[in-house]
Amino acid sequence: MTNISGAPGLKLVNLQKSFGVTPIIRGVELEVHRGERHAIIGPNGAGKSTLFHLISGRFPLTSGQVWLKGENITGLAPFEINRRGLSRSFQVTNIFPRLSVFENIRCGVLWSLGYRYSFWQGIERLRDARERAEDILEQINLTARRDIPAGLLSYAEQRSLEIGITVAGGADVIMLDEPTAGMSNSETDYAVELIRKVSEGKTLIIVEHDMGVVFDLADRISVLVYGQVIATDTPERIRSNAAVQEAYLGTAAHADSEHA
Amino acid sequence: MNALTRALPWLSGIAAVLILPHVFSSGASISIMSLIGFGIIFALSYNILLGQTGMLSFGHAVYYGLGGFITAHALNIIAGSKLPIPLPLVPLIGGIAGLVFAAPLGWVSTKRAGTAFSMISLGVGELVAACALILRGFFGGEGGISTSRTSVLQVFGWSFGPQIQVYYLIYAWCLICAGLMYAFTQTPLGRICNAVRDNPERTEFVGYSTHMVRFLAFCIAGFFAGVAGGLAAIHYEIVTSGVVGAGPSGFVLLMTFIGGTGFFIGPVLGAILMSAMQSLSDITGAWLLYLGILFILMVMFAPGGLAGLLFMHRPAANLHGLAKLAPAYLVAAIPGLGLFAGIVFLIETSHHVLVKSSEGMQMRLLGLEYQADAPLTWALIAALIVVTFLAFRRTWPWVASAWSEAIKPEAR
Repeated sequence: MTNISGAPGLKLVNLQKSFGVTPIIRGVELEVHRGERHAIIGPNGAGKSTLFHLISGRFPLTSGQVWLKGENITGLAPFEINRRGLSRSFQVTNIFPRLSVFENIRCGVLWSLGYRYSFWQGIERLRDARERAEDILEQINLTARRDIPAGLLSYAEQRSLEIGITVAGGADVIMLDEPTAGMSNSETDYAVELIRKVSEGKTLIIVEHDMGVVFDLADRISVLVYGQVIATDTPERIRSNAAVQEAYLGTAAHADSEHA
Repeated sequence: MNALTRALPWLSGIAAVLILPHVFSSGASISIMSLIGFGIIFALSYNILLGQTGMLSFGHAVYYGLGGFITAHALNIIAGSKLPIPLPLVPLIGGIAGLVFAAPLGWVSTKRAGTAFSMISLGVGELVAACALILRGFFGGEGGISTSRTSVLQVFGWSFGPQIQVYYLIYAWCLICAGLMYAFTQTPLGRICNAVRDNPERTEFVGYSTHMVRFLAFCIAGFFAGVAGGLAAIHYEIVTSGVVGAGPSGFVLLMTFIGGTGFFIGPVLGAILMSAMQSLSDITGAWLLYLGILFILMVMFAPGGLAGLLFMHRPAANLHGLAKLAPAYLVAAIPGLGLFAGIVFLIETSHHVLVKSSEGMQMRLLGLEYQADAPLTWALIAALIVVTFLAFRRTWPWVASAWSEAIKPEAR
């Protein structure tokens, strides 16, 4: 395979996306190293979620290239990208509401264990799938809720399950879209620990609004403003970056004046 | 214990299949029970699409009907060329035919999901129905394709002339197919079908092509529909072009929905009820109206179908729950039955006035003889409906409180 060691975990080359005539992503260049925790921040409407959709194949690109571990994955379908080891979560909880919590995780596990479209094996007999799903349940602390329909979980539990489904397939590039959105402080602390745990030894790309979470987790941070990456650096240097401050404070001041 | 509880529904099914023909041994009831047998296979195959994978098809009878036609032709060829193929294996030909047609048509249909899929399935259904009228050689035109099940190789002295032998043939296949379809729900693909039903988008992000999942489910459903069609051809010994049309496609949807799409047993219950209702056509010309009303009531008040109603009672299925529920249900049943009788009188009397007025206005219903067009008749019917409806409504709060009582101590 094209699993060239030394190639970055994820590389974006001049990525562009327009909806109609409106450009949303305007030439994003980004390199995420293997094994690093990389945060993408930026003001509302900067295009962070769109960028995730482009990388994971949910939206087609207008132009540019996406490279995953040295392999060009531009234009592939979401399931093909997932099979190559990139897994993502969603900003709005995206689970299987009528399936049990356990079954949600097991569905995330099946393809990676090679069961594919099997209709000749009893699913209850697949010990490795069951054990892997039980491991993940333990990690996301939902073992006690294992048999209830996922749609009945609390919001914070559904967010944990969302992360569980994302990491279940064992992908080594994990993308989390605002995993702590809408959580209380204690829930956020718990979620950060969970993310730290499940992303151990993996490449993590995270979009997050909570700056506490970002500076706590990230090895490096990229700042996306109006469809372009204006800076990529360590948390300390990003904090003191003049262009970033201007983009953030500028928008914040602007937003305040609109409210007044 | 666990294995026994799981085997219990199957064992009771087998027992019912063996006992029922001795209880209801008349030719007519054996025939109706045979209909139910392939109806069950057909409805279960439809539920692979609707209940399991979330695909609302308006054209599933295409694969049932084509399975039937191919089976009829195959029977004629087998008899004509004296091929050594015994009748019990012939339904498999129907299944393979269903699969062969489902593969190309399904590949196209399942490229889209949701409403688009439903529309495509409707279009494919109309297309095949139109072909059935044009390609007279294959579909036999108005007269259909006749065949004979007794002229093929006979084994173990079974001629399959008597209906009871066909009954056993149908139920052998019914049990095998139901077992296979149940086993399918317990496989990786079967489970991913549920995932596609719940959330197709997310399924793509755990490595599965939703198109491929839908396509495979469609092929499997097509195969079993073909088996059902083949058994129907063997049962009726004739297949006519109407069988691929919108009517049977709608009928299987009604069967499955009324039975309940959320449980494996649902389509079985639906097939039993609907086939039984079909035999109402001997009693009343308005039977389709009853069917329509039942369907509307189910959609409005019990979207989980018969199986949903049944399994809703699971938390109350103990002595305490029954003690609370039974009196409430009995009290509600009295005005409920009165209301039902009122509606039957309304429908039958209207039907008599509108359709059978040439036979005179004197009519008989439930042992009562009366004038269909007398004002008094209509006033009494209206009074019956209004009074029983009001009484029925007043029992609802009572039933509701009995419900909460029945499930309370078991809940925690």
